[in-house]
Amino acid sequence: MTVLNRRQLHDQRMRRRSLLISGASLLAVVVALVLLVPLAPGWAAVKSSFFNGEILFRTFPTLLLAFVVDLKIFLWSAPLIFALSLAIALARNTQRAALFPLRLFAAVYTDVLRGVPVILLVYLIGFGIPGLGLPRPYNSPYIWGTVALVLGYSAYVAEVFRAGIESVHASQTAAARSLGLSGSDTMRYVVLPQAIRRQVPALMNFVIALLKDVALLSFIGPIEVLRQANVYKSLLANFTPYVGAAIIFLCVTIPVTRYADYLLARQRRERSV
Amino acid sequence: MSILTTRLSISLLSALIALGPISAHAACAEGKTLKEGRLTIATGNPAYAPWVMNDDPASGEGFESAVAYAVADTMGFSADQVDWVRTSFDEAIQPGEKDFDFNLQQYSISADREKVVDFSAPYYTTAVAVVVKEGSDAQNVEPTGSALRKLRFGAAAGTTSQTFLNEVVKPEQDLLLYDDNANVIAAIAANQIDALVFDLPSALFATAVQIDGGKIIGQFPVEASIEPDNFGLLMAEGNELKACVDEVLLKLSEEGKLAEIESQWLGDGAGVPVIDLNQ
Repeated sequence: MTVLNRRQLHDQRMRRRSLLISGASLLAVVVALVLLVPLAPGWAAVKSSFFNGEILFRTFPTLLLAFVVDLKIFLWSAPLIFALSLAIALARNTQRAALFPLRLFAAVYTDVLRGVPVILLVYLIGFGIPGLGLPRPYNSPYIWGTVALVLGYSAYVAEVFRAGIESVHASQTAAARSLGLSGSDTMRYVVLPQAIRRQVPALMNFVIALLKDVALLSFIGPIEVLRQANVYKSLLANFTPYVGAAIIFLCVTIPVTRYADYLLARQRRERSV
Repeated sequence: MSILTTRLSISLLSALIALGPISAHAACAEGKTLKEGRLTIATGNPAYAPWVMNDDPASGEGFESAVAYAVADTMGFSADQVDWVRTSFDEAIQPGEKDFDFNLQQYSISADREKVVDFSAPYYTTAVAVVVKEGSDAQNVEPTGSALRKLRFGAAAGTTSQTFLNEVVKPEQDLLLYDDNANVIAAIAANQIDALVFDLPSALFATAVQIDGGKIIGQFPVEASIEPDNFGLLMAEGNELKACVDEVLLKLSEEGKLAEIESQWLGDGAGVPVIDLNQ
């Protein structure tokens, strides 16, 4: 065993001490929560209406089934958002004078759609456009609700892509052009691959946000998990189904969040090397 | 005893008899309301016609507004002793203190809800009606169970209309559910649903005023309901006022006052055909 010098001994002591303190404070908080919350006068009522095991058991399978609807909407919305926002970012990044209207359009698009709450887009597009008299199935709330989500989200994600494109140093473009690559090839083979890679952690945040915002489509008809929980809540006069829905969301969003954190940490390591 | 004092005591006695029922009812609410000497009544935000006209419950216009004032009056509260507050459905069924003495916004009484809140005796029993839009494919649908099952239905989420669709009609296509009646009406206007299901008074009002070309196909037979769709006044669990409210509603019903208010604001669904679920 190596003999530690005074400095190392001190460090070790300090480490142990801080570990002890953080452990003790965590324990104190947990004990306080477990002991004190049930002492609140309304705890029994809150427990039976928010954490009712029997109701959770009864409603969970149907909630899980309804969550499949959320996943489907997510799965077809996400690629559309990716494609549209990339297109908007590229439009905003064009250099030619003749393409000024395109740049203007992209700027106005991001400004307007980022400024409107997604729920309003869902209502306005989801009820408004079918109201124009489209025949079924083209007036489906799934179609127009998806359009609303895609429009709202791509305004945000386009800005993420634009930031990514601008973060690629100008010398890269200059080098690519001097090697004889055309403007579009420079963007495609040199700038975009780096830009997108750099923005993956930021994009993951939008993936998480979208996973949750898919539930907004319930306002215009589809019975997805939030609506199903809402129905149970009304019929059973109990809020436990909402807790069930939250658990389902967390089962999906927490792994995605951890993965995003991991990507971010990896990126930091790569950059600092 | 002189004739004069006898007369006086007789008139006093008769005055007491006349006052009797009123003071008895006033006493039954005494000290049990949220605010001493005042009655706080809650309704929806917004409140819909024909239950509350023009979203103004204090006007006394509309079925539920009129019922609320009749209850208040019988309890011994004058109109200016009544305070109105607004709540959503969620607020009203949360555990904990309530900021109203009772809440009326077409709450159907059900066993599951009874576990969390208290309901008064029913003040109205409704039938469930199906509404379609003229000019749509569904406009000439037969009022039979088998014809209706083929339609795409919409309803307000968590209402007894929705339970009724799921458990009695069992449509072939998935239901679409919305936050409230206004959104269901928006959906039928946008042709996203073929038909909607409301309680009969809401359906009558929707077709008369809210839906362009709205038409009631029929009402379901009352005996088809799993639980009869009774509306009750919602109160906090264990509210001391419940006995008094029940007593007052019984009195109003016996006197024919409830029926009178009903015919004034809700009309009757006499002309609406009954849907044959067996066909």
